[in-house]
Amino acid sequence: MSLIKLYGTPMATCTVRVLLCLEEVGAKYELVPISMPTGEHKSPAHLARNPFGQIPALQDGDLTLFESRAIARYVLHKFKGQGPDLLREDNLSDSAMVDVWLEVEAHQYNPAISPIVYQSLILPRMYGGTPDQTIIDTNLEKLKKVLDVYETHLAKSKYLAGDFFSLADLSHFSYTKYFMATPYASVFNSYPHVKAWWEDFTSRPAFKKVAAGMTSQQ
Amino acid sequence: MGMKVYGTPQATNVARVVMILEEVGAEYEVMPVEFGTELKSPAHLARNPFGQIPAFQDDDFMLFESRAISRYILRKYKSDLLHEDNPKEATLVNVWLDVEYGQYNPPAGVIIYNALVKPIIGQVVDQQAIDNNLEKLKKVLEVYEARLSQCKYLAGDFISFADLSHFPCTYCIMLTQYKSVFDSYPHVKAWWEAIMARPSIKRMVEIMSA
Repeated sequence: MSLIKLYGTPMATCTVRVLLCLEEVGAKYELVPISMPTGEHKSPAHLARNPFGQIPALQDGDLTLFESRAIARYVLHKFKGQGPDLLREDNLSDSAMVDVWLEVEAHQYNPAISPIVYQSLILPRMYGGTPDQTIIDTNLEKLKKVLDVYETHLAKSKYLAGDFFSLADLSHFSYTKYFMATPYASVFNSYPHVKAWWEDFTSRPAFKKVAAGMTSQQ
Repeated sequence: MGMKVYGTPQATNVARVVMILEEVGAEYEVMPVEFGTELKSPAHLARNPFGQIPAFQDDDFMLFESRAISRYILRKYKSDLLHEDNPKEATLVNVWLDVEYGQYNPPAGVIIYNALVKPIIGQVVDQQAIDNNLEKLKKVLEVYEARLSQCKYLAGDFISFADLSHFPCTYCIMLTQYKSVFDSYPHVKAWWEAIMARPSIKRMVEIMSA
């Protein structure tokens, strides 16, 4: 079997989404660094892998993929036999619940949490910019409304899609990990079931390994 | 009890689900939900905890999020629009579905909201926002043009849910004066015409015009 190549960086949130899947299923892969500061993501070589000039991209033999959630589904499906089943594709209703909460992550959770992470961490540390507090405050209010829904849901269900850990949970990791390094991490303290959910799945070995790569260069 | 879709079919995300129900030939019922207070009513929040449309019910099984609902319907009816018998093809369907949500919809949505929705609800149209997002949409369409020059549909030479998922927003843009933005992209135009030729899509045009 040829080695899977993942193009990206270990600190980038969408690359982390795929790294977690590869580690969960125990796949052999090579992480090929793409340098954003030098504009490598917009080079012809990388645009041939991801026409939107973003990371990650994945190459498996003659198949080239982009969009981290689509790549995640591919990896988890391919290696289903050798790792945990995080998609539940053999069960119509379970797989539908994974799909629902993966969409919620993309459409509700991410749009609220990512501007907070960008303003308070990425902008000052990578670009020397000043955080826009209005953007942070507006999105904190949005995030709290989303967390209200998550709290109610996780009071009834151990994980997002049901009693099983799935891609829906995993997909929340990277932005939430960075959020916990911002001054606003204490927001989660008001949501005990959300907090317990976070602490539970971050204790997984794959998460500990990938998390180490997220902070090593800071 | 059968399948029920909650929401108005003219709303793009509801249209996505109705389109898929039409594709698989399912029997279904549309349950209208009033914008405003009914969306935040306890009854609707029990169907969609974010107070949005669509929501969906198949006997006792409740779902929300239009793409998740659509996947469920396609799997239940064993439709080949997901191409799940072929993992490589299925993955390319997933890639272009994510592109539709992440790249295409954001600029398309701003244009539609300003050009179609704001005039109806009596809000001031933000022309700068339309212009900015037309530029963003053109950059996306350049990528689509290159892709559709290599293969007939987005995931390959077969039509899939990835292509059809573009129907609701693209149809709405085609109702505005900005439809001419597609004229510069001949392969994208041909792709759109192929989508519009499908019986389910013709039925959707009737439904959305009602």
